[in-house]
Amino acid sequence: MKDDQIIICRCEDGTLADVKDAIHRLGLRSVEEIKRVKRFGMGHCQGKTCGKLISQIISRELNISYEDMAPATTRQPAKAVSVKEFASYQEGN
Amino acid sequence: MNKKASVVIIGGGINGCALAYELAKKGVKDVMVIEKNFLASGSTGRCGGGFRQQWSTPMNIKFAMESVDIFSRLDEELQYKTEYYQGGYLILAYTPEEIRQFEKNVRLQREMGLDVRLIEPKECLKIVPDLNIDGVLGATYCKSDGHANPFYVTQAYAKKAKEMGVQFLLDTEVIAIDSHNDRITAVQTDKGKIMTDTVVNAAGGHAHLVSSMLGLDIPVKPYRHEILVTEPVNRIFDPMIISFHYHIYMRQELNGGILMGQGDPNEPSSFNVEGSFDFINQVCKKGMKIMPVLENISVVRQWAGLYAVTPDAQPILGPVPPFDNFIHIVGFSGHGFMLAPRVAQHITDYIVDNKLSDEIKNCSIDRFKNMDLDVDVNVV
Ligand SMILES: Cc1cc2nc3c(=O)[nH]c(=O)nc-3n(C[C@H](O)[C@H](O)[C@H](O)COP(=O)(O)OP(=O)(O)OC[C@H]3O[C@@H](n4cnc5c(N)ncnc54)[C@H](O)[C@@H]3O)c2cc1C
Ligand code: FES
Repeated sequence: MKDDQIIICRCEDGTLADVKDAIHRLGLRSVEEIKRVKRFGMGHCQGKTCGKLISQIISRELNISYEDMAPATTRQPAKAVSVKEFASYQEGN
Repeated sequence: MNKKASVVIIGGGINGCALAYELAKKGVKDVMVIEKNFLASGSTGRCGGGFRQQWSTPMNIKFAMESVDIFSRLDEELQYKTEYYQGGYLILAYTPEEIRQFEKNVRLQREMGLDVRLIEPKECLKIVPDLNIDGVLGATYCKSDGHANPFYVTQAYAKKAKEMGVQFLLDTEVIAIDSHNDRITAVQTDKGKIMTDTVVNAAGGHAHLVSSMLGLDIPVKPYRHEILVTEPVNRIFDPMIISFHYHIYMRQELNGGILMGQGDPNEPSSFNVEGSFDFINQVCKKGMKIMPVLENISVVRQWAGLYAVTPDAQPILGPVPPFDNFIHIVGFSGHGFMLAPRVAQHITDYIVDNKLSDEIKNCSIDRFKNMDLDVDVNVV
């Protein structure tokens, strides 16, 4: 398969080619930056699956060991919850 | 690393990057931006991205109007798609006092040439059919307000600036500033020293720490502001919707996600940028009241950033005595994204031509010496 056929983030249609472009042409060096500039990792999985893939690609492309890379910030909520459910929470429940 | 720079800008947020570009455009060589993390990693990358011209002080109105004019041409000028979108701002009034204040605001804004109106609740429904108008007494609406993507705007400025020769040092922190006879001589970073004779403090929520490196005590304090985004959904509403009464704002991004944010006026100053459950609970309650259709939409992410707040909610711009080569662009009090494009031009005029515009004079730190401040009350 070609790089532009390998999907990395399905929510934003981000392919391997897009991630490589972000690294080499835009000079981005971390999952955090790629998330902000390309939105990969901002969709439903919130980076829980695609984030690891992106880390691996950066580590391979820039020759940084995977262990040395800063993990992306994980943000709450851990799972998507509706506005109504959040709103209905009462102190003491 | 270059050991010398004509201008060192501390902070790679929207203000630092816009200034770097404007300086390069005016032909200034050897400009350097020093950023301790990555571009837009501070307040800029965490902000709502809104620009509005509906302010209550003449200075903010003028600044914002001129910035919007720049925003509207930015994609073309910087050759970058910044998701600039003029969807308007709808500011809801829930109390008679708010209506009175809004009448005053609109009068002033219209005098200054802004196309803005005070409208009836029914007319709000024409603009946002899903709005719940219970309790709404009226609203002000300005069509030319809107939003842009803060990451993209920052990248756009930075990319162009880089092409024009500006050097960006990322992952580099300024830890000290050297001076001699009230003039700055060098900036010390964790990666080495850079000789320079002009330093710009554009350090956002950490600006007062940078000033304190030279013993200056500027009246800017960081306050946490929280925000969340929902999953992308079909278009529900166009304008940014604000209520000062409920301390809440919401807008729908071009990709469909809905941003909701609120400030807690009782929260003490801190560097805390953690999201809280209390916020998400509160903002969802208020959000659902204002826009009941939000109830079944899922929240996918929450985060927080810092407002750098001054006593009168207006920025501090220009040199801070006794140093006339230590220039501040700080204290935007929650509206620094929208003002940045124009502020960068004023500061460039000062650095290049030594010209202090009326705007910069108005925002000089000296104003805090007199007590009669023109406080902007239109703040969420
Ligand atoms: C939740 C939220 C919503 C907002 N919504 C809006 C809005 O809708 N519209 C609007 O106009 N404004 C909004 N704002 C305000 C806006 O984000 C800020 O006013 C603006 O981004 C400030 O930009 P800046 O470039 O001055 O600062 P920042 O973006 O904070 O940049 C400062 C940079 O300096 C770096 N830095 C700090 N200290 C050092 C050091 N010692 N050495 C090197 N680098 C350093 C930081 O890492 C940071 O990247 C919002 C803010 C928040 C928190
Ligand atoms: S796959 Fe899109 S956010 Fe993870």
